[in-house]
Amino acid sequence: MAVKTATGAPARLPEAAAPKWGFWAWLNRRMPIDEFISSQLTGYYAPKNFNFWYFFGSLALVVLVLQLLTGIFLTMFYKPGELTSFDSVEYIMREVHWGWLIRYLHSTGASAFFIVVYLHMFRALLYGSYKAPRELLWLIGMFVYLALMAEAFMGYVLPWGNMSFWGAQVIVNLFGTIPGIGPGLVEWIRGDYGIADATLNRFFALHVAAVPLGLLLLVVLHLVALHETGSNNPDGIEIKAKTGPDGKPLDGIPFHPYYTVKDVVGIGVFFVLFALVVFFVPTLGGLFLEGPNFEVANPLSTPEHIAPVWYFTPFYAILRAVPDQRMGALLMGLAVASFLFLPWLDRSPVKSMRYRGWMSRTGLTLFVVSFIALGYLGLQPAEGRYVVLARIFAFIYFAYFWLMPFYTRIDPVKPVPERVTYHAH
Amino acid sequence: MVDSAITADDGIDLSRRKFLTQATIATGAVGAVFVAVPFIESWSPSERARAQGAPVELDISKIDAGQMTTIVWRRSPIYVVRRTPEMVARISGHDDQLKDPGSESSDQPAYAKNTLRSRSAEFLVLVGTCTHLGCLPKQRFDAGELYPSWPGGFFCPCHGSRFDLAGRVFQGSPASINLRVPPYSYPNARTLLVGADDAKGAA
Repeated sequence: MAVKTATGAPARLPEAAAPKWGFWAWLNRRMPIDEFISSQLTGYYAPKNFNFWYFFGSLALVVLVLQLLTGIFLTMFYKPGELTSFDSVEYIMREVHWGWLIRYLHSTGASAFFIVVYLHMFRALLYGSYKAPRELLWLIGMFVYLALMAEAFMGYVLPWGNMSFWGAQVIVNLFGTIPGIGPGLVEWIRGDYGIADATLNRFFALHVAAVPLGLLLLVVLHLVALHETGSNNPDGIEIKAKTGPDGKPLDGIPFHPYYTVKDVVGIGVFFVLFALVVFFVPTLGGLFLEGPNFEVANPLSTPEHIAPVWYFTPFYAILRAVPDQRMGALLMGLAVASFLFLPWLDRSPVKSMRYRGWMSRTGLTLFVVSFIALGYLGLQPAEGRYVVLARIFAFIYFAYFWLMPFYTRIDPVKPVPERVTYHAH
Repeated sequence: MVDSAITADDGIDLSRRKFLTQATIATGAVGAVFVAVPFIESWSPSERARAQGAPVELDISKIDAGQMTTIVWRRSPIYVVRRTPEMVARISGHDDQLKDPGSESSDQPAYAKNTLRSRSAEFLVLVGTCTHLGCLPKQRFDAGELYPSWPGGFFCPCHGSRFDLAGRVFQGSPASINLRVPPYSYPNARTLLVGADDAKGAA
């Protein structure tokens, strides 16, 4: 065992001695199971001052497993194809035993995934978790988010409802705004002269095989990078800087059992809320599953009002706020890509909002307000005052990112303590 | 990559090794590009999709004056409008409110690159998908139907793009070019052929 018990440190649990014989020892001579558990769980030290905001990383992992499990079972009953998709989803809902539950778990899981990921990202903005030395961790996390967006978009096309069709039409046509190659690229993506059977079939392949594999790989890389740098914490202090005589961080506690126990509580609360949605309001009034999608795709009839599912609406509002289509698509892309530059845009000497001044705090508050407002505006028709408001909030959205190098540098920061703030319960 | 203990003194030709390594990588990279071609090509419209994209015919003698009919060509709705002389007259007089009155940056065959954007004044043939993001613009042919100075045309319900009776886009619309005109021809007086520039061949 790599981990030694620190004498006189009551927070540490004594390690069980590794058996030298028997089946477990036989296994460990052939595969480093104990070593892995020790280095990644029982001997992996996380800051002891984690709060509510630190539930969402492990929750995202739980939702990923839920999506994989329910997705595999849906694949057993779903038939991709222009003529079969819509009917097979109705078949799942009405005739497959518990099919409705498996589908609602999957559709609610998609929205839950984004809720959890958005809160996880907000935590990073709040405590500066993207700052050095965690830039790569943040970038990999952003790629997870991009893969998740692709996964969610293609998954929404599969039921082949009318909103599936027209959502796909709008999103695929965004690629047509690229100068020169645009029209050819759109035809290549669709595999036909319109959104068609060929498009549906390749989206199915990408949704159930290619993107999930990429997503799993990125999640593993995200965890590898996390365990290399160690977690940030609400104080934004590097716990590795203050170690005890055993070489372990004084402000750290082993991830297992301390944080596994804490996370189990969070998972319990999460599933209570999740079950409430699944069993009582699976469409959440059109937010999680949109009304027009209960009609089969019709290429000759546009729904009166096309809006994506809620998790894309902030970006959709930016797209529609611009009167020029190429600029609109470009700004929408930039709205997502801006997150990638955060580690280098933020010039504040401190990480956590706890020790930052009024400028950073105002910036983050305005950003959150504009993100939520844009999310609301993206669900409304693109007319009159909604467009004007979307332009104002889009301006604030971009100002948060691109003025950051200036306001974080002159922001009056408070001194950061040597050790984390922690009160025993 | 190369173990630091190995030097030229060990009788190993390091420059030869480096050359062979780089040549292998370069050959492999070229091979990878060639292997990628079939996979990328597989996504283009299949032979079946191309065959189904052949030109389609419409009997235009059955369209009443001032009416529009929609046919499907290459999965796109094609709007065919039989314009009355009064509708044709409403196409002029608002060039200053248009983004591209001369169809300079728009997408149409040469014979439709004119004010009325058609081969003849009577029939307007358009691809009925908004040049913004592909929704179907709705017909609003009557003057003043949207607002008092509205000269009649098309209105997209998705993002509010407006087009006149020649499919030309108004300023203030998210669409930046006029509605597309597909290739079309008239094999005889009562037939419209969409998808072919002349009566014989496909586009």
